[in-house]
Amino acid sequence: MHELQSLFNSLWVLWFFVLFGGILVWVLWPTRKKTWEERGKMILRDDDRAEKG
Amino acid sequence: MASASMAASPGNWAAARQGTGVAYVEDPIRAFAIATMFWGIVGFLVGVVIASQLAWPALNLGLEWTSFGRLRPVHTSAVIFAFGGNALLGTSLYIVQRTCRARLWGGEEMGWWLFWGYQFFIVTAALGYVLGVTQGKEYAEPEWFSDLWLTVLWVMYLLAYAGTIMRREEPHIYVANWFFLAFIITVALLHIGNNVSLPLALTSTFSYAAPAGVQGAMIQWWYGHNAVGFFLTAGFLGMMYYFIPKQAERPVYSYRLSIVHFWSIIFLYIWAGPHHLHYTALPDWAQTLGMVFSVMLWMPSWGGMINGIMTLSGAWDKLRTNAGLRFSVTAVAFYGMSTFEGPVMSIKAVNSLSHYTDWTIGHVHSGALGWNGFITFGALYWLIPVLWKRARMWSEALIAWHFWLATLGIVLYITAMWVSGIMQGLMWRAYDELGFLQYSFIETVAAMHPYYVIRALGGVLYLSGAILMAWNVFKTITAGEEVEEARVAAPAAQPVPAE
Repeated sequence: MHELQSLFNSLWVLWFFVLFGGILVWVLWPTRKKTWEERGKMILRDDDRAEKG
Repeated sequence: MASASMAASPGNWAAARQGTGVAYVEDPIRAFAIATMFWGIVGFLVGVVIASQLAWPALNLGLEWTSFGRLRPVHTSAVIFAFGGNALLGTSLYIVQRTCRARLWGGEEMGWWLFWGYQFFIVTAALGYVLGVTQGKEYAEPEWFSDLWLTVLWVMYLLAYAGTIMRREEPHIYVANWFFLAFIITVALLHIGNNVSLPLALTSTFSYAAPAGVQGAMIQWWYGHNAVGFFLTAGFLGMMYYFIPKQAERPVYSYRLSIVHFWSIIFLYIWAGPHHLHYTALPDWAQTLGMVFSVMLWMPSWGGMINGIMTLSGAWDKLRTNAGLRFSVTAVAFYGMSTFEGPVMSIKAVNSLSHYTDWTIGHVHSGALGWNGFITFGALYWLIPVLWKRARMWSEALIAWHFWLATLGIVLYITAMWVSGIMQGLMWRAYDELGFLQYSFIETVAAMHPYYVIRALGGVLYLSGAILMAWNVFKTITAGEEVEEARVAAPAAQPVPAE
Protein backbone atom coordinates (compact mmCIF):
# COMPACT_ATOMS: atom_id res chain seq x y z
CA MET A 1 0.00 0.00 0.00
CA HIS A 2 2.78 2.35 0.99
CA GLU A 3 4.77 1.67 -2.19
CA LEU A 4 1.64 2.23 -4.24
CA GLN A 5 1.08 5.58 -2.58
CA SER A 6 4.60 6.81 -3.30
CA LEU A 7 4.29 5.54 -6.87
CA PHE A 8 1.08 7.51 -7.37
CA ASN A 9 2.60 10.58 -5.71
CA SER A 10 5.34 10.54 -8.34
CA LEU A 11 2.90 9.82 -11.15
CA TRP A 12 0.82 12.79 -10.03
CA VAL A 13 3.83 15.11 -10.42
CA LEU A 14 4.51 13.63 -13.84
CA TRP A 15 0.86 14.02 -14.86
CA PHE A 16 0.88 17.71 -13.87
CA PHE A 17 4.07 18.30 -15.85
CA VAL A 18 2.60 16.63 -18.92
CA LEU A 19 -0.70 18.48 -18.51
CA PHE A 20 0.94 21.90 -18.09
CA GLY A 21 3.41 21.21 -20.92
CA GLY A 22 0.48 20.21 -23.10
CA ILE A 23 -1.30 23.48 -22.30
CA LEU A 24 1.84 25.43 -23.25
CA VAL A 25 2.14 23.61 -26.58
CA TRP A 26 -1.57 24.08 -27.26
CA VAL A 27 -1.40 27.82 -26.56
CA LEU A 28 1.93 28.60 -28.21
CA TRP A 29 1.62 26.43 -31.35
CA PRO A 30 2.62 28.85 -34.17
CA THR A 31 -0.28 28.13 -36.52
CA ARG A 32 -2.79 29.08 -33.84
CA LYS A 33 -1.28 32.53 -33.26
CA LYS A 34 -3.82 34.30 -35.51
CA THR A 35 -6.81 32.57 -33.90
CA TRP A 36 -5.71 33.62 -30.41
CA GLU A 37 -5.14 37.20 -31.54
CA GLU A 38 -8.63 37.32 -33.02
CA ARG A 39 -10.07 36.10 -29.73
CA GLY A 40 -8.26 38.87 -27.90
CA LYS A 41 -9.91 41.48 -30.12
CA MET A 42 -13.36 40.13 -29.40
CA ILE A 43 -14.16 42.50 -26.52
CA LEU A 44 -13.62 45.57 -28.69
CA ARG A 45 -16.15 44.32 -31.23
CA ASP A 46 -19.21 44.53 -29.01
CA ASP A 47 -19.42 48.29 -29.49
CA ASP A 48 -20.26 48.30 -33.16
CA ARG A 49 -22.36 45.24 -33.70
CA ALA A 50 -25.58 47.22 -33.74
CA GLU A 51 -26.38 45.88 -37.18
CA LYS A 52 -26.46 42.30 -35.90
CA GLY A 53 -29.83 40.55 -35.44
CA MET B 1 -11.87 48.34 -36.99
CA ALA B 2 -14.38 50.97 -36.16
CA SER B 3 -13.56 50.86 -32.48
CA ALA B 4 -9.91 51.68 -33.13
CA SER B 5 -10.66 54.61 -35.39
CA MET B 6 -13.02 56.31 -33.00
CA ALA B 7 -10.49 56.58 -30.25
CA ALA B 8 -10.21 60.34 -30.55
CA SER B 9 -12.10 61.82 -27.63
CA PRO B 10 -12.39 60.38 -24.14
CA GLY B 11 -16.15 60.68 -24.35
CA ASN B 12 -16.63 58.31 -27.24
CA TRP B 13 -16.14 55.11 -25.33
CA ALA B 14 -19.22 55.82 -23.29
CA ALA B 15 -21.21 56.79 -26.32
CA ALA B 16 -20.33 53.68 -28.23
CA ARG B 17 -21.51 51.02 -25.89
CA GLN B 18 -25.04 50.38 -27.02
CA GLY B 19 -26.76 48.27 -29.57
CA THR B 20 -25.99 44.56 -29.42
CA GLY B 21 -29.67 43.75 -29.23
CA VAL B 22 -29.29 41.77 -26.00
CA ALA B 23 -31.26 43.05 -23.00
CA TYR B 24 -28.47 43.02 -20.45
CA VAL B 25 -29.22 43.03 -16.73
CA GLU B 26 -27.86 46.36 -15.50
CA ASP B 27 -29.82 47.66 -12.50
CA PRO B 28 -28.25 45.29 -9.95
CA ILE B 29 -24.83 46.09 -11.42
CA ARG B 30 -25.45 49.80 -10.78
CA ALA B 31 -26.31 48.85 -7.22
CA PHE B 32 -23.07 46.87 -6.92
CA ALA B 33 -21.11 49.89 -8.18
CA ILE B 34 -22.66 52.15 -5.55
CA ALA B 35 -22.18 49.54 -2.83
CA THR B 36 -18.50 49.27 -3.82
CA MET B 37 -18.12 53.02 -3.33
CA PHE B 38 -20.03 52.98 -0.04
CA TRP B 39 -18.20 50.02 1.54
CA GLY B 40 -14.90 51.33 0.25
CA ILE B 41 -15.31 54.52 2.24
CA VAL B 42 -16.53 52.60 5.31
CA GLY B 43 -13.55 50.21 5.08
CA PHE B 44 -10.96 52.96 4.52
CA LEU B 45 -12.46 55.00 7.37
CA VAL B 46 -12.28 52.08 9.83
CA GLY B 47 -8.71 51.54 8.61
CA VAL B 48 -7.84 55.14 9.48
CA VAL B 49 -9.49 54.68 12.88
CA ILE B 50 -7.54 51.55 13.80
CA ALA B 51 -4.29 52.98 12.43
CA SER B 52 -4.88 55.97 14.71
CA GLN B 53 -5.62 53.63 17.63
CA LEU B 54 -2.19 52.08 17.16
CA ALA B 55 -0.60 55.54 17.26
CA TRP B 56 -2.84 56.91 20.04
CA PRO B 57 -4.27 54.03 22.13
CA ALA B 58 -6.72 56.34 23.94
CA LEU B 59 -8.84 56.14 20.76
CA ASN B 60 -9.87 52.62 21.78
CA LEU B 61 -12.26 54.64 24.00
CA GLY B 62 -12.10 51.99 26.70
CA LEU B 63 -15.12 50.20 25.19
CA GLU B 64 -15.06 46.58 24.07
CA TRP B 65 -17.00 47.35 20.87
CA THR B 66 -14.53 49.98 19.67
CA SER B 67 -11.33 48.21 20.69
CA PHE B 68 -8.68 47.48 18.08
CA GLY B 69 -9.22 43.71 18.32
CA ARG B 70 -12.86 44.01 17.27
CA LEU B 71 -12.51 46.80 14.73
CA ARG B 72 -9.58 45.25 12.90
CA PRO B 73 -11.67 42.45 11.30
CA VAL B 74 -14.33 45.05 10.50
CA HIS B 75 -11.64 46.91 8.51
CA THR B 76 -10.18 43.85 6.75
CA SER B 77 -13.59 42.37 5.90
CA ALA B 78 -14.98 45.73 4.81
CA VAL B 79 -12.17 46.39 2.36
CA ILE B 80 -11.64 42.82 1.10
CA PHE B 81 -15.14 41.34 1.10
CA ALA B 82 -17.40 44.39 1.07
CA PHE B 83 -15.45 46.83 -1.15
CA GLY B 84 -13.55 44.17 -3.14
CA GLY B 85 -16.41 41.66 -3.14
CA ASN B 86 -19.01 44.12 -4.42
CA ALA B 87 -16.54 45.29 -7.08
CA LEU B 88 -15.90 41.69 -8.15
CA LEU B 89 -19.57 40.68 -8.20
CA GLY B 90 -20.63 43.80 -10.09
CA THR B 91 -17.87 43.84 -12.69
CA SER B 92 -17.98 40.07 -13.23
CA LEU B 93 -21.71 40.14 -13.91
CA TYR B 94 -21.17 43.06 -16.30
CA ILE B 95 -18.25 41.40 -18.08
CA VAL B 96 -19.79 37.93 -18.41
CA GLN B 97 -22.88 39.36 -20.14
CA ARG B 98 -20.91 41.59 -22.52
CA THR B 99 -18.25 39.05 -23.48
CA CYS B 100 -20.82 36.28 -23.93
CA ARG B 101 -23.36 38.62 -25.56
CA ALA B 102 -25.97 36.97 -23.38
CA ARG B 103 -28.39 38.09 -20.69
CA LEU B 104 -27.55 37.08 -17.13
CA TRP B 105 -28.84 33.61 -16.27
CA GLY B 106 -31.70 34.15 -13.84
CA GLY B 107 -32.28 37.71 -15.07
CA GLU B 108 -32.90 40.78 -12.91
CA GLU B 109 -34.16 38.65 -10.02
CA MET B 110 -30.89 36.73 -9.85
CA GLY B 111 -28.93 39.99 -9.92
CA TRP B 112 -30.98 41.51 -7.09
CA TRP B 113 -30.88 38.34 -5.01
CA LEU B 114 -27.07 38.24 -5.30
CA PHE B 115 -26.88 41.92 -4.42
CA TRP B 116 -29.10 41.92 -1.32
CA GLY B 117 -27.93 38.48 -0.21
CA TYR B 118 -24.34 39.66 -0.26
CA GLN B 119 -25.09 42.91 1.59
CA PHE B 120 -26.92 40.86 4.23
CA PHE B 121 -23.86 38.66 4.66
CA ILE B 122 -21.60 41.71 5.09
CA VAL B 123 -23.84 43.29 7.70
CA THR B 124 -24.32 40.10 9.77
CA ALA B 125 -20.58 39.41 9.68
CA ALA B 126 -19.61 42.96 10.67
CA LEU B 127 -22.19 43.15 13.47
CA GLY B 128 -20.79 39.88 14.79
CA TYR B 129 -17.24 41.25 14.89
CA VAL B 130 -18.27 44.34 16.86
CA LEU B 131 -20.27 42.21 19.33
CA GLY B 132 -17.46 39.68 19.73
CA VAL B 133 -18.99 36.86 17.64
CA THR B 134 -16.03 35.47 15.70
CA GLN B 135 -14.32 32.22 14.78
CA GLY B 136 -10.99 33.93 15.37
CA LYS B 137 -9.64 32.82 11.98
CA GLU B 138 -8.02 35.63 10.04
CA TYR B 139 -10.13 36.67 7.01
CA ALA B 140 -12.56 33.85 7.91
CA GLU B 141 -14.01 35.41 11.05
CA PRO B 142 -17.76 35.03 10.30
CA GLU B 143 -19.44 32.38 12.44
CA TRP B 144 -21.15 29.23 11.15
CA PHE B 145 -24.58 30.76 10.39
CA SER B 146 -23.10 33.56 8.24
CA ASP B 147 -20.86 30.98 6.56
CA LEU B 148 -23.85 28.82 5.60
CA TRP B 149 -25.66 31.84 4.18
CA LEU B 150 -22.62 32.79 2.09
CA THR B 151 -22.29 29.20 0.83
CA VAL B 152 -25.85 29.21 -0.54
CA LEU B 153 -25.32 32.65 -2.07
CA TRP B 154 -22.03 31.68 -3.65
CA VAL B 155 -23.46 28.54 -5.27
CA MET B 156 -26.19 30.73 -6.81
CA TYR B 157 -23.48 33.09 -8.06
CA LEU B 158 -21.70 30.17 -9.71
CA LEU B 159 -24.97 29.02 -11.30
CA ALA B 160 -25.69 32.52 -12.61
CA TYR B 161 -22.18 32.90 -13.98
CA ALA B 162 -21.87 29.46 -15.54
CA GLY B 163 -25.46 29.66 -16.82
CA THR B 164 -24.67 32.89 -18.64
CA ILE B 165 -21.56 31.36 -20.19
CA MET B 166 -23.56 28.31 -21.31
CA ARG B 167 -26.07 30.46 -23.21
CA ARG B 168 -23.36 32.63 -24.84
CA GLU B 169 -23.57 33.70 -28.48
CA GLU B 170 -19.82 34.28 -28.73
CA PRO B 171 -18.02 31.00 -29.52
CA HIS B 172 -14.89 31.73 -27.48
CA ILE B 173 -15.00 32.32 -23.70
CA TYR B 174 -12.97 35.50 -23.19
CA VAL B 175 -10.04 35.13 -20.77
CA ALA B 176 -11.51 37.49 -18.13
CA ASN B 177 -14.27 34.91 -17.62
CA TRP B 178 -11.70 32.17 -17.02
CA PHE B 179 -10.20 34.22 -14.19
CA PHE B 180 -13.62 35.02 -12.73
CA LEU B 181 -14.68 31.35 -12.90
CA ALA B 182 -11.47 30.27 -11.16
CA PHE B 183 -12.20 32.92 -8.52
CA ILE B 184 -15.78 31.74 -7.96
CA ILE B 185 -15.01 28.01 -7.87
CA THR B 186 -11.88 28.25 -5.73
CA VAL B 187 -13.42 30.64 -3.22
CA ALA B 188 -16.33 28.18 -2.81
CA LEU B 189 -13.85 25.38 -2.18
CA LEU B 190 -11.76 27.43 0.28
CA HIS B 191 -14.76 28.80 2.13
CA ILE B 192 -16.25 25.36 2.70
CA GLY B 193 -12.88 23.69 3.43
CA ASN B 194 -11.87 26.22 6.08
CA ASN B 195 -15.25 26.52 7.79
CA VAL B 196 -16.04 22.92 8.70
CA SER B 197 -17.12 23.45 12.27
CA LEU B 198 -19.61 22.26 14.86
CA PRO B 199 -21.91 24.81 16.55
CA LEU B 200 -22.23 24.51 20.33
CA ALA B 201 -25.98 24.30 19.79
CA LEU B 202 -28.33 25.25 16.97
CA THR B 203 -29.24 28.33 18.97
CA SER B 204 -25.62 29.24 19.69
CA THR B 205 -23.62 31.79 17.76
CA PHE B 206 -20.39 29.94 18.61
CA SER B 207 -18.76 26.88 17.10
CA TYR B 208 -15.66 24.72 17.27
CA ALA B 209 -13.55 24.09 14.16
CA ALA B 210 -13.33 20.44 13.13
CA PRO B 211 -9.56 20.30 12.48
CA ALA B 212 -7.34 21.23 15.42
CA GLY B 213 -3.69 22.07 16.02
CA VAL B 214 -1.23 22.29 13.18
CA GLN B 215 -3.70 20.73 10.72
CA GLY B 216 -6.15 23.48 11.57
CA ALA B 217 -3.44 26.10 11.09
CA MET B 218 -2.45 24.64 7.72
CA ILE B 219 -6.05 24.58 6.50
CA GLN B 220 -6.51 28.17 7.71
CA TRP B 221 -3.50 29.39 5.71
CA TRP B 222 -4.33 27.23 2.73
CA TYR B 223 -7.53 29.27 2.86
CA GLY B 224 -5.84 32.54 3.78
CA HIS B 225 -3.26 32.62 1.07
CA ASN B 226 -5.65 31.44 -1.61
CA ALA B 227 -8.06 34.16 -0.58
CA VAL B 228 -5.20 36.39 -1.70
CA GLY B 229 -4.56 34.24 -4.76
CA PHE B 230 -8.09 33.74 -6.00
CA PHE B 231 -10.18 36.51 -4.42
CA LEU B 232 -7.68 39.38 -4.56
CA THR B 233 -5.65 38.18 -7.55
CA ALA B 234 -7.59 35.98 -9.99
CA GLY B 235 -10.83 37.94 -9.65
CA PHE B 236 -9.13 41.31 -10.05
CA LEU B 237 -7.09 39.98 -12.97
CA GLY B 238 -10.45 39.29 -14.61
CA MET B 239 -11.14 43.01 -14.21
CA MET B 240 -7.71 43.89 -15.59
CA TYR B 241 -8.15 41.76 -18.72
CA TYR B 242 -11.43 43.47 -19.54
CA PHE B 243 -11.15 47.08 -18.41
CA ILE B 244 -7.57 47.89 -19.46
CA PRO B 245 -8.17 46.85 -23.09
CA LYS B 246 -11.49 48.72 -23.00
CA GLN B 247 -9.92 51.88 -21.57
CA ALA B 248 -6.93 51.74 -23.93
CA GLU B 249 -9.21 50.76 -26.83
CA ARG B 250 -6.81 48.08 -27.97
CA PRO B 251 -6.67 44.34 -27.40
CA VAL B 252 -4.55 42.89 -24.63
CA TYR B 253 -0.82 42.88 -25.52
CA SER B 254 -0.62 39.11 -25.91
CA TYR B 255 -3.73 37.02 -25.64
CA ARG B 256 -1.62 33.86 -25.63
CA LEU B 257 0.37 35.15 -22.66
CA SER B 258 -2.91 35.75 -20.83
CA ILE B 259 -3.79 32.05 -21.24
CA VAL B 260 -0.34 30.98 -20.00
CA HIS B 261 -0.73 33.50 -17.14
CA PHE B 262 -4.04 31.89 -16.22
CA TRP B 263 -2.87 28.28 -16.19
CA SER B 264 0.39 28.94 -14.37
CA ILE B 265 -1.45 30.80 -11.62
CA ILE B 266 -3.96 27.95 -11.36
CA PHE B 267 -1.19 25.35 -11.12
CA LEU B 268 1.00 27.25 -8.63
CA TYR B 269 -1.05 29.40 -6.27
CA ILE B 270 -2.80 26.69 -4.31
CA TRP B 271 0.53 25.41 -2.87
CA ALA B 272 1.88 28.70 -1.49
CA GLY B 273 -0.08 28.85 1.81
CA PRO B 274 2.55 27.23 4.11
CA HIS B 275 4.76 30.33 3.82
CA HIS B 276 2.46 31.87 6.46
CA LEU B 277 3.65 29.18 8.91
CA HIS B 278 7.46 29.30 8.64
CA TYR B 279 9.27 28.18 11.80
CA THR B 280 6.13 26.78 13.39
CA ALA B 281 5.01 23.22 14.21
CA LEU B 282 4.32 22.69 10.50
CA PRO B 283 6.69 20.04 9.07
CA ASP B 284 9.80 21.47 7.43
CA TRP B 285 9.06 19.88 4.06
CA ALA B 286 5.69 21.65 3.93
CA GLN B 287 7.33 25.00 4.74
CA THR B 288 9.91 24.48 2.00
CA LEU B 289 7.17 23.45 -0.44
CA GLY B 290 5.28 26.67 0.30
CA MET B 291 8.43 28.73 -0.12
CA VAL B 292 9.40 27.15 -3.45
CA PHE B 293 5.94 27.55 -4.94
CA SER B 294 5.79 31.17 -3.74
CA VAL B 295 9.08 31.93 -5.48
CA MET B 296 7.86 30.22 -8.66
CA LEU B 297 4.75 32.41 -8.60
CA TRP B 298 6.92 35.41 -9.31
CA MET B 299 7.16 34.44 -12.98
CA PRO B 300 3.48 34.17 -13.96
CA SER B 301 2.75 37.27 -11.90
CA TRP B 302 5.26 39.30 -13.82
CA GLY B 303 4.08 37.77 -17.09
CA GLY B 304 0.64 39.10 -16.25
CA MET B 305 1.99 42.49 -15.24
CA ILE B 306 3.92 42.83 -18.52
CA ASN B 307 0.79 41.81 -20.39
CA GLY B 308 -1.33 44.44 -18.66
CA ILE B 309 1.15 47.30 -18.99
CA MET B 310 2.25 46.50 -22.55
CA THR B 311 -1.39 46.67 -23.65
CA LEU B 312 -0.70 50.40 -23.66
CA SER B 313 2.23 50.04 -26.05
CA GLY B 314 1.65 52.53 -28.85
CA ALA B 315 -0.97 54.35 -26.78
CA TRP B 316 1.07 55.66 -23.87
CA ASP B 317 -0.23 59.19 -24.50
CA LYS B 318 -3.60 58.04 -23.14
CA LEU B 319 -2.05 57.99 -19.67
CA ARG B 320 -1.72 61.76 -19.89
CA THR B 321 -5.32 62.39 -20.88
CA ASN B 322 -7.22 59.56 -19.20
CA ALA B 323 -6.83 59.63 -15.42
CA GLY B 324 -9.03 56.56 -15.02
CA LEU B 325 -6.66 54.53 -17.18
CA ARG B 326 -3.77 55.91 -15.11
CA PHE B 327 -5.36 54.19 -12.08
CA SER B 328 -5.61 50.86 -13.90
CA VAL B 329 -2.04 50.91 -15.17
CA THR B 330 -0.57 52.03 -11.85
CA ALA B 331 -2.57 49.18 -10.29
CA VAL B 332 -0.77 46.69 -12.52
CA ALA B 333 2.58 48.24 -11.54
CA PHE B 334 1.66 47.71 -7.88
CA TYR B 335 0.62 44.15 -8.76
CA GLY B 336 4.15 43.64 -10.09
CA MET B 337 5.71 45.22 -7.02
CA SER B 338 3.80 43.26 -4.44
CA THR B 339 4.14 39.98 -6.34
CA PHE B 340 7.89 40.54 -6.29
CA GLU B 341 7.99 41.46 -2.61
CA GLY B 342 5.78 38.48 -1.65
CA PRO B 343 8.10 35.76 -2.99
CA VAL B 344 11.09 37.51 -1.38
CA MET B 345 9.32 37.53 1.98
CA SER B 346 8.33 33.86 1.60
CA ILE B 347 12.02 32.83 1.60
CA LYS B 348 12.62 31.40 5.05
CA ALA B 349 15.74 33.47 5.79
CA VAL B 350 13.93 36.71 4.91
CA ASN B 351 10.78 35.56 6.68
CA SER B 352 12.70 35.04 9.93
CA LEU B 353 13.19 38.81 9.94
CA SER B 354 9.91 39.95 8.39
CA HIS B 355 7.34 37.63 9.97
CA TYR B 356 5.05 39.09 12.66
CA THR B 357 6.42 42.59 11.92
CA ASP B 358 4.87 45.61 10.22
CA TRP B 359 6.73 44.74 7.03
CA THR B 360 3.96 42.20 6.38
CA ILE B 361 1.32 44.89 6.91
CA GLY B 362 3.15 47.16 4.45
CA HIS B 363 3.33 44.34 1.89
CA VAL B 364 -0.37 43.57 2.20
CA HIS B 365 -1.24 47.23 1.72
CA SER B 366 0.92 47.74 -1.35
CA GLY B 367 -1.15 44.92 -2.82
CA ALA B 368 -4.51 45.97 -1.40
CA LEU B 369 -4.33 49.77 -1.78
CA GLY B 370 -2.19 49.74 -4.92
CA TRP B 371 -3.41 46.74 -6.87
CA ASN B 372 -6.95 45.97 -5.70
CA GLY B 373 -7.94 49.54 -4.88
CA PHE B 374 -6.52 51.17 -7.99
CA ILE B 375 -7.77 48.53 -10.45
CA THR B 376 -11.25 48.95 -8.93
CA PHE B 377 -11.12 52.76 -9.14
CA GLY B 378 -9.93 52.53 -12.76
CA ALA B 379 -12.73 50.10 -13.63
CA LEU B 380 -15.37 52.24 -11.91
CA TYR B 381 -14.25 55.44 -13.64
CA TRP B 382 -14.87 53.65 -16.92
CA LEU B 383 -18.00 51.77 -15.85
CA ILE B 384 -19.96 54.53 -14.06
CA PRO B 385 -20.50 56.68 -17.20
CA VAL B 386 -21.30 53.54 -19.21
CA LEU B 387 -23.85 52.24 -16.70
CA TRP B 388 -25.61 55.58 -16.26
CA LYS B 389 -25.37 56.48 -19.97
CA ARG B 390 -23.20 59.52 -19.38
CA ALA B 391 -20.71 60.90 -21.87
CA ARG B 392 -17.91 60.96 -19.28
CA MET B 393 -17.21 61.37 -15.58
CA TRP B 394 -18.39 64.70 -14.19
CA SER B 395 -14.88 65.96 -13.45
CA GLU B 396 -11.64 64.69 -14.97
CA ALA B 397 -9.68 67.02 -12.64
CA LEU B 398 -11.16 65.33 -9.55
CA ILE B 399 -9.98 61.95 -10.90
CA ALA B 400 -6.47 63.35 -11.19
CA TRP B 401 -6.68 64.72 -7.63
CA HIS B 402 -7.90 61.33 -6.43
CA PHE B 403 -5.01 59.64 -8.22
CA TRP B 404 -2.28 61.79 -6.69
CA LEU B 405 -3.78 61.84 -3.18
CA ALA B 406 -4.12 58.06 -3.19
CA THR B 407 -0.65 57.47 -4.66
CA LEU B 408 0.96 59.74 -2.08
CA GLY B 409 -1.04 57.98 0.63
CA ILE B 410 0.24 54.56 -0.47
CA VAL B 411 3.84 55.76 -0.66
CA LEU B 412 3.65 57.15 2.91
CA TYR B 413 1.97 53.97 4.10
CA ILE B 414 4.35 51.40 2.62
CA THR B 415 7.60 53.28 3.27
CA ALA B 416 6.57 53.86 6.91
CA MET B 417 5.82 50.16 7.31
CA TRP B 418 9.08 49.08 5.66
CA VAL B 419 11.13 51.18 8.05
CA SER B 420 9.01 50.35 11.06
CA GLY B 421 8.82 46.61 10.25
CA ILE B 422 12.49 46.07 9.54
CA MET B 423 13.42 48.08 12.63
CA GLN B 424 10.99 46.03 14.70
CA GLY B 425 12.41 42.74 13.37
CA LEU B 426 16.00 43.86 14.03
CA MET B 427 15.15 45.03 17.55
CA TRP B 428 13.52 41.69 18.38
CA ARG B 429 16.63 39.76 17.40
CA ALA B 430 19.22 42.10 18.94
CA TYR B 431 21.34 40.60 21.74
CA ASP B 432 23.79 42.29 24.05
CA GLU B 433 27.35 41.01 24.71
CA LEU B 434 26.08 38.75 27.51
CA GLY B 435 23.50 37.07 25.27
CA PHE B 436 20.45 38.81 26.71
CA LEU B 437 17.78 40.39 24.53
CA GLN B 438 18.72 44.02 24.09
CA TYR B 439 15.21 45.48 23.90
CA SER B 440 12.00 44.82 25.75
CA PHE B 441 8.82 44.56 23.68
CA ILE B 442 7.55 47.95 24.81
CA GLU B 443 10.73 49.62 23.55
CA THR B 444 9.96 48.40 20.03
CA VAL B 445 6.42 49.77 20.35
CA ALA B 446 7.73 53.17 21.42
CA ALA B 447 10.26 53.21 18.57
CA MET B 448 7.49 52.55 16.03
CA HIS B 449 5.26 55.42 17.15
CA PRO B 450 6.40 58.02 14.54
CA TYR B 451 5.88 55.51 11.73
CA TYR B 452 2.40 54.72 13.02
CA VAL B 453 1.57 58.41 12.75
CA ILE B 454 2.92 58.53 9.17
CA ARG B 455 0.91 55.41 8.30
CA ALA B 456 -2.29 56.97 9.67
CA LEU B 457 -1.59 60.09 7.59
CA GLY B 458 -1.17 57.90 4.48
CA GLY B 459 -4.54 56.33 5.25
CA VAL B 460 -6.17 59.76 5.61
CA LEU B 461 -4.87 60.74 2.15
CA TYR B 462 -6.16 57.51 0.61
CA LEU B 463 -9.56 58.01 2.26
CA SER B 464 -9.73 61.66 1.09
CA GLY B 465 -9.15 60.52 -2.48
CA ALA B 466 -12.01 58.03 -2.19
CA ILE B 467 -14.33 60.74 -0.85
CA LEU B 468 -13.50 62.90 -3.88
CA MET B 469 -14.36 59.91 -6.04
CA ALA B 470 -17.70 59.39 -4.31
CA TRP B 471 -18.57 63.05 -4.92
CA ASN B 472 -17.51 62.73 -8.55
CA VAL B 473 -19.63 59.59 -8.97
CA PHE B 474 -22.61 61.28 -7.34
CA LYS B 475 -22.33 64.31 -9.66
CA THR B 476 -21.84 62.09 -12.71
CA ILE B 477 -25.05 60.22 -11.95
CA THR B 478 -27.14 63.24 -11.01
CA ALA B 479 -25.69 65.98 -13.22
CA GLY B 480 -23.43 64.35 -15.80
CA GLU B 481 -23.73 65.11 -19.49
CA GLU B 482 -26.04 62.52 -21.02
CA VAL B 483 -25.06 60.51 -24.06
CA GLU B 484 -26.77 61.95 -27.13
CA GLU B 485 -28.48 59.45 -29.41
CA ALA B 486 -26.85 60.98 -32.49
CA ARG B 487 -23.40 60.38 -31.04
CA VAL B 488 -24.29 56.78 -30.34
CA ALA B 489 -24.98 56.16 -33.98
CA ALA B 490 -22.19 58.27 -35.42
CA PRO B 491 -19.05 56.25 -34.64
CA ALA B 492 -20.35 53.08 -36.27
CA ALA B 493 -20.77 55.05 -39.53
CA GLN B 494 -23.72 52.85 -40.37
CA PRO B 495 -27.45 53.18 -39.91
CA VAL B 496 -28.46 51.78 -36.57
CA PRO B 497 -31.87 50.09 -36.56
CA ALA B 498 -34.27 51.29 -33.92
CA GLU B 499 -34.58 48.90 -31.02
